[in-house]
Amino acid sequence: MSGGVQIPVRVAAIETVGRDIKRFRLEPRSGEPMPRFSGGSHVVVTMQSGAQTYRNPYSLMGSPDDGSRYEISVLRTGQSRGGSHFMHDTAAVGTALTISHPINLFPIDQRGRKHILIAGGIGITPFMAMAEQLDLLGQPFELHYAMRSAACGAYAESLAARYGRRVHLYQSDQGRRIPLAQLLDHQPLGTHLYVCGPGAMIEWVMSSARGAGWPKESLHFERFLPPPSGTTFEVRLALSNRTVPVGEHESILEAVEAAGIDAPYLCRGGACGQCETAVLSADGELDHMDHYLTPEEKGAGRQIMICVSRLKGRVLELDL
Amino acid sequence: MLISGIKSRPVYGRLALDAYAKRHLIAAEGEGAQAVLDCLAAAPPDALARVTILYASGGSRDRNHLERLSALGADYCHEFPTIPTLLFRLDGVLGTATMGLRLYASGTEGFMGQVIQRVLAHGIDHHSIITEHRGSLARRVQCVHCKGIIENVTTNIATCTHCGVNLLVRDHYSRRLGAFMGVSADAEEAGALPAREDAFP
Repeated sequence: MSGGVQIPVRVAAIETVGRDIKRFRLEPRSGEPMPRFSGGSHVVVTMQSGAQTYRNPYSLMGSPDDGSRYEISVLRTGQSRGGSHFMHDTAAVGTALTISHPINLFPIDQRGRKHILIAGGIGITPFMAMAEQLDLLGQPFELHYAMRSAACGAYAESLAARYGRRVHLYQSDQGRRIPLAQLLDHQPLGTHLYVCGPGAMIEWVMSSARGAGWPKESLHFERFLPPPSGTTFEVRLALSNRTVPVGEHESILEAVEAAGIDAPYLCRGGACGQCETAVLSADGELDHMDHYLTPEEKGAGRQIMICVSRLKGRVLELDL
Repeated sequence: MLISGIKSRPVYGRLALDAYAKRHLIAAEGEGAQAVLDCLAAAPPDALARVTILYASGGSRDRNHLERLSALGADYCHEFPTIPTLLFRLDGVLGTATMGLRLYASGTEGFMGQVIQRVLAHGIDHHSIITEHRGSLARRVQCVHCKGIIENVTTNIATCTHCGVNLLVRDHYSRRLGAFMGVSADAEEAGALPAREDAFP
C-alpha cells in the first residue's frame, strides 16, 4: 500500500481518561514486536466499519522504546467524519485494526540545548512520548499544558507526578493562561519550542515567538487537519484514465482510494507532503487546506495536497 | 574534478536585519565590513542601538574599515587582532545570549564557516544565520587523510601542511568542521598531478 508497510494490531485495552477522550492500547496481532519510534511520531490507523474505511492519524504516546504495545488517545470530535466515533462507540477490546509504521513529522531537534513543549487539550499526546525521550536523554525541558478544565486535561496529573516542576498546567475555566510573553523572553540561545493543539493556539504561539525574535528554525508545530467538507466535484485522473466523483464529506484521496487506486500518502492531515499531486487543469478555484505548500506554491496552482484540499468547481484534472 | 552540484556546497545570501530580532550580533572579517556598512547604512537608530559588531580586519587592515564601522553608531563595535580571538569572544557572547538574538556573518568562506561551526554548537540551526560572502574565495580545507586543517587554500591542488599529501580540493563541505574536503590527488601514481590552478583567488 502507498501508506507504507502496514501492521495488523488489535485493541488490547481501552480507558476513559478525560471528557470525550479514550486511550487505546494496541498490540501486534502477530505477537512480533513493533518498531521503536521517536517522540513526536504518529501512526495512521485504518478502521473497517462494514464497507466503510476510515483512516486517521494519531500520535503515539507510550514509551518510544516499547515495541510490544503502542498507545494512542482519541478525542471524540463533534464534527467527526466517522473515525473518532468508530473508535469511541464501536471499537472494543479485541477489535482488529491496521496501523502504518510510525512516521515522525514532529521530531525533537536533538541539537537543541533546551526544549519548551506547549500543548493545548488533546495536543498533549505527542508530548507524552517526547517528554519521556527528553527525560531519558537528560535534556532540559519544560511542558506547558493548557486545557479547558481539569476534566479535559487527560494525563495532567500523571505528567505532573512524573516530571514534577518541569510540568506547568493551565486551566482556562480557572482563568489561567500560558504566560507566553514571559516564557518567550530570556530563554537561553539554543532553545527549541514545540506546539501542538488547536489551530488558533498554534498561530498565537508561532506569531508571538517570531515577534519575540525567535528564528523560525527553532519553532516546531504539528497539526493534523481533518479533511474539510465542501461541494461535490469530479477528479479526472490522467494516468489512470478514470474519472472519480468526490463527495461532500470525502477527500480527493479517499475518493480515489474508494475507486481502487493506490495513491501515495503518509499523514493524511496536510502536513507531510507525501500526497502532493500535479494539477493538469482545474475549472474552478483550488481550495488549499494544507500547511505544506508555501503561499507562492498555493497561488501558482500547479500542485495540490489531495488528503485535505479540494476544488471549488466541477472538474479537476490530476496527474495521477 | 571540482564536482559541481554537490549539495553540501554552502550558499550565501545578503545581510539584512531581521526586524523581529531583539539583538543583532554581527561577526565580520576583512571585506565583510563592506557588507555590514551596506546593510546598516539605512538602519534606523533604534535598530543600531541593538547591534553588536565583532570585527577582524584580516588582510583588509590598511583599508580603514574599522573607522567606518565605528562611525555607524552601533551599540558596540570591537576589533579583534585575529579570527581565533574574535571566535573566542563570539563563544562568550553566545553563552549568555537569549533566543531573541539574530546572528550575521560576513567575510571569507573560511571565516563564515568557523562562525557557523561555533553557532551550531549552541543549538542554533545554520539557516538561522544570515550570511554574505565578501573578499577572497580562499578555502578552509580538511585533509581527509591526517585530518589536519589548512587555512586559505587558493589552488585546486594543495599540499597538506600537516602530512605532505597532495590534495584535490573538492566542493564537498562539512558544516561541522567548517571546511572543504581535501583528498589525495595522486594516490594512483605518486606525482601524477593535474595542473595546479588558482581556483579560489
